[in-house]
Amino acid sequence: MTHTLTRPVAPAHTPAPAPARRRSSALLSKTAVNAALLLVAAYTLMPLAWLVMAATKNRRDLFATDPYSFGDFNLLDNLHDVFAYNDGIFGRWLGNSLLYTVVGSVLSALISVACGYAFHAYDFRHKERLFGVVLAGVLVPATVLQLPLYLMASAAGAVNTYWAYLVPALVNPFGVYLARVFAEGYVPDEVLAAARMDGASELRVFAHVSFPMLWPGFVTIFLFTFTAIWNNFYGALTMLNDERLYPVSLGLFMWNRSVYQQPELYPLVITGSLVAVVPLVLAFLGLQRFWRSGLTAGAVK
Amino acid sequence: MAPFFLLFALVTVAPIAYAAWLSLFHDEQSGLGFGGTRRVFSGFGNYTNALTDPLFLASFRHVAVYCLLYIPVMVGGALVLALLLDSALARARRFFQIAFYLPHAVPGLIAAAIWLYLYTPGLSPVLDVLDGAGLSWNFFGRDEALLSVVNVSAWQWMGYNMIIFFAGLQAVPRETLEAATMDGAGAIRTAFQVKVPSIRPTLILTVLFTCVGAVQLFDAPQLLQLRANEMGESWSPTMYVFSAAFKSHDYGLAAAGALLLALVAGAASYVVTTLGNRWRDA
Repeated sequence: MTHTLTRPVAPAHTPAPAPARRRSSALLSKTAVNAALLLVAAYTLMPLAWLVMAATKNRRDLFATDPYSFGDFNLLDNLHDVFAYNDGIFGRWLGNSLLYTVVGSVLSALISVACGYAFHAYDFRHKERLFGVVLAGVLVPATVLQLPLYLMASAAGAVNTYWAYLVPALVNPFGVYLARVFAEGYVPDEVLAAARMDGASELRVFAHVSFPMLWPGFVTIFLFTFTAIWNNFYGALTMLNDERLYPVSLGLFMWNRSVYQQPELYPLVITGSLVAVVPLVLAFLGLQRFWRSGLTAGAVK
Repeated sequence: MAPFFLLFALVTVAPIAYAAWLSLFHDEQSGLGFGGTRRVFSGFGNYTNALTDPLFLASFRHVAVYCLLYIPVMVGGALVLALLLDSALARARRFFQIAFYLPHAVPGLIAAAIWLYLYTPGLSPVLDVLDGAGLSWNFFGRDEALLSVVNVSAWQWMGYNMIIFFAGLQAVPRETLEAATMDGAGAIRTAFQVKVPSIRPTLILTVLFTCVGAVQLFDAPQLLQLRANEMGESWSPTMYVFSAAFKSHDYGLAAAGALLLALVAGAASYVVTTLGNRWRDA
């Protein structure tokens, strides 16, 4: 690119029409670019808009009215029905999901951060080989592990317990990988050395010095694990038969499965889906900064 | 660190070993099936059974076609969107980023459920439009179902990958771009000859993760299959494993199927990484 420097500077007396034409074509492509973006935004947002509108309709309006128009406003009735159906099982599912995701992702993120930090802060034999094992773990398809996990849980008598669903979720090789990336970025070796010089124990160094520095990484990994657990339908489907232990996605699947025999469930499934989506969308909007830093930390490497 | 590796051994290494062990056995009905079952060593019998089962082979064919359609559409779409957003012409960048990313905040199963309704005659605005234009389309048809699944995945993942690409593009040094413009490269040439090559590692990683995800395809087809009966319960390899284990209770076959699936995933990762490295160094 050095030859740009030797290139003669454009003459000052450029013919007048050229910039004008360029401006009009720029205007044209600006319209085209933004129109294309709008079109895709419509594609991504329409289904969600439909969900919101459909959740306000009763069963008759759902099929009788235009998909993108409002019928009678029945959102509150629908919400009431969702939470009242079958002795309020839906509320229990939401609670289960919350328990699985919050407890699971806090523990999982803690373990990942501690492990990634250890990879950064300590030298030990076979360190890089072990890290290679972690990376290989990222690539092992989760669904492949699920059946043997189920059989092991079944042998241990753990099927149909909170544990069966929760324990496998605690291991997150991708989180360990991210944590190491974060630790390398946020925790300088000098700080560690200084803390040790001051006589802090290793645990203290981690808890009081390093962990606060790793806080953004912790939140990011927490969010990743949170969605992963909230999304883990296959795991729930294999491990849990007792409907009182279902997370919300599995519960909705079961309703969906029976909707053809019981069409009165239609508004429940739709409203229930909306209720399950809203917290995640809100969490996403509120915590965008962390999402982005996590995505890019994983991507740039 | 110890807790991680303890758990890692428990929920990753042990299951693989256990699956390998299980896959070598076969449950045999004793007598007329009244005496319960006993476990018989069958060597690679389960593997040959799986590999000669037309349903199993068909499930891989579905995923192969799915990948052929989905990966170019999704990765290409995400890349084009990221380039458009990164161009000087885009307005309201934050709005678009959020709009594109939002589907990813929707859990996979619920995303599939929403689309299930949008595919259902009587509920679907899409079908209303098509009907209005005098066209007919059955989202649940034997062949169309595959496109329906691709659409659900693309809807979920395009924005996610777009954000990753966009972040990569934003990191391209502005001087490099200015130099390209000075050299007389138009916006499109700059995009494809300067910007895209600079995010090659990210692209490779994305294709890799997308492949690993595609091999495990489960949520969307499992849900769509409720309506698209022709898809059957073994449409994807994971569905095959699930139905072998929990419908037929043939754990040996299911374990063999799962390991074959892991093998394919490994092979796919290897191919993507190798091709990717060659492309990156090109």
